[in-house]
Amino acid sequence: MQAHPFPLRQGWSTPSGEAGEEPARTVPLPALSRAALHEFYAARVADAAALTGCALAVGHGLAQGRSCLWVRQEAFDWEAGQPHAPGLCEWGLDPARLLILRVKDVTAALQAGLEGARCAGLGAVFIELWGEAPAYDLTASRRLALAARASGVPLLLTRIAAKARPSAAETRWELRALPSRALAAQAPGLPAFELTLLRARNGREGQHDHLEWDRDVRQFLSRTATDTRPAEPALPSLPGAVVSVSFDRPRPPEPEPFARREAS
Amino acid sequence: MEKERGALRITAIDANAARAGIDIGMALAEARALWPNLETEEAAPEADARFLKQASEICEMFTPLVALQGREGLLLDITGCVHLFGGESEILQRARRRMAAFGLSTGAAIASTPDAAWAFAHYRRNRVVARGEEETLARDLPITALDQNTETTMALSRAGLKTLGDLADRPSHLLAARFGEDLVATLGRILGREDIRITPLRPPPLLMAERHFPEPMTQMEHLLVVLGRLMGDLASRLEARGEGGRAFALTLFRADGAVRRIGIETASGTRDAASLVRLARLKMEALADPVDPGFGFDALRLMVLRSEPLHAAQVSLTEGATTADEARALADLLNGLVARFGRENVRRFVARDTHDPARAGGTMACLSASRVSTDSATEWPAPEAGQPPARPLTLFVNPQPIEVLAEVPDSPPLRFRWRRMLHEVTRAEGPERIAPEWWRDAAPAPATRDYYRIEDQAGHRFWIFREGLYEDRNTQPRWFLHGLFP
Repeated sequence: MQAHPFPLRQGWSTPSGEAGEEPARTVPLPALSRAALHEFYAARVADAAALTGCALAVGHGLAQGRSCLWVRQEAFDWEAGQPHAPGLCEWGLDPARLLILRVKDVTAALQAGLEGARCAGLGAVFIELWGEAPAYDLTASRRLALAARASGVPLLLTRIAAKARPSAAETRWELRALPSRALAAQAPGLPAFELTLLRARNGREGQHDHLEWDRDVRQFLSRTATDTRPAEPALPSLPGAVVSVSFDRPRPPEPEPFARREAS
Repeated sequence: MEKERGALRITAIDANAARAGIDIGMALAEARALWPNLETEEAAPEADARFLKQASEICEMFTPLVALQGREGLLLDITGCVHLFGGESEILQRARRRMAAFGLSTGAAIASTPDAAWAFAHYRRNRVVARGEEETLARDLPITALDQNTETTMALSRAGLKTLGDLADRPSHLLAARFGEDLVATLGRILGREDIRITPLRPPPLLMAERHFPEPMTQMEHLLVVLGRLMGDLASRLEARGEGGRAFALTLFRADGAVRRIGIETASGTRDAASLVRLARLKMEALADPVDPGFGFDALRLMVLRSEPLHAAQVSLTEGATTADEARALADLLNGLVARFGRENVRRFVARDTHDPARAGGTMACLSASRVSTDSATEWPAPEAGQPPARPLTLFVNPQPIEVLAEVPDSPPLRFRWRRMLHEVTRAEGPERIAPEWWRDAAPAPATRDYYRIEDQAGHRFWIFREGLYEDRNTQPRWFLHGLFP
């Protein structure tokens, strides 16, 4: 059941064609298991679209071409806009494979997600929750995780404007959008993200990676942290877990106290 | 009473008023002269129509084919329904009892044509006219039974024609020449010489099964068991047609006259009783106002409104499923979600051949009756290789106005404010000019838009546009944020 959701290409090629010049960087990410619940938290509210995009991208790897259920709380439509099919195509996904369910509140979203997780015909279930969502507690998450384990359908739950809370999720990630490496004439380049592993059952907590999503090959490309500012002189590449170049936040990521205590 | 040609006239009366000599159509002043203490009420045709609609729903327990007749009548086509109630006079008595419980005093009749039943209900109340008897019985009816307009009735009575028998003896071509074909046709139908079908309020179902209970039933669980049996009945008939039901209607008739109708739709044709019962249960749990059994239901009806050949292609959603089991699991999931969250909230994307961003990304309800979109050849455009995404992942229904702080002609702003947050633009790509589809709406088309993909210092990517052109000196260009890139 173990599939690799982050098929990393070794090294990366710039869209302008200077491939291979950079030192190849490998950041082995833990393989996300299919039959489990995974959580993605947005670092900032403005990362909503990045969060959705990343979860869909990860889910695409897990779904193996099957249809996915996308449960979206109505608040997303007001706050971040409605899913846009041409945008999904441009993101490298097939809109025809997505079934969208719009729900009013968290309870309904969890119910629907559970229903989806029990349906073995699905490739993946996405649940998007907005706000603190007290209904999503330990019991609810365990219910989801058990359903995912039983059916083998991966559950990807994205949370925004919420603090990380203990849950039965197998992995928990925090995501923040990064400035892209500019193309010619200061045009935005491939979308870039910083992904931090807040919690994992198999260790590796605190690992964080700078990634670019290449929709042509449908893979995340690893990127050195220094690439965020191409104008600056290149710094020696450091392991991602140590260095932080996102200028508005001090690193080191704190290990999450609840997560360990709860791990069973 | 109702105002008609400047005078207040009586439109409806009760039994006491009738005894006092007051008649429909009488002026109010005249009626007051007959009965000074007359209590009157403003006529409320809408309320009457609503009331009649309720009455028609109650009558649906006798037959699914119920039609409204005029402002005060109901026509029921009971062809094939009689044996369920033990005979024609029983069904008549039962319908009248039901209407009495609803608060109506009724005149009713059963005859082999709608017009004859209508005439007998008015002038020979509460009788069952057997087929072939109309001709003899109807001869005594007054000509007002024809339900023609006042002029015709007056003209007929002036000609000395008092009963339908008088009319029937005259050559019909003479009557038609003087009073029109309509009169002759109505006469023929009252006399049972020709027949028409009524136009029911709801389209007749393809198939139908029902149960009437000797005692009202209050337990929901028992009702669902009965529903399962009804579906079992229908399943064999659907099987004979080689079809499965796509849309069902479950009607619950409560003993006190309340009628509840619940629609159930499925993603693909089904004749499985267990899954239908499950959907009905989900649907009832999700209802905003729950089904209240009150003193119990005394009848239950299940109708198939739409069906399809059972081996037809499924919705496109199931294409990716590798096995038939998975396809069925997906269809079940879809049915469950629709039953619980409502048909409009379960959606999928539809490819449309358009360049208007607002239309291109449209979604439609999964269980839409029209299959046009799935059959259409429109394909999603393939993205251009080697480029970052050109379209945003999410799009705002209403583009969000942004406040531009540093503007440069013919390029995106350097700084802008959206939702009270200041964004410094560090990367930009554009413009991409998108003209409105002026051929769609008659209204004045919106201005041409120049779209830019931009990125701010924090790494957030936006799709913004300027409405209006700089060349056009008259209008100040306005800036909007239309979508978000990941």
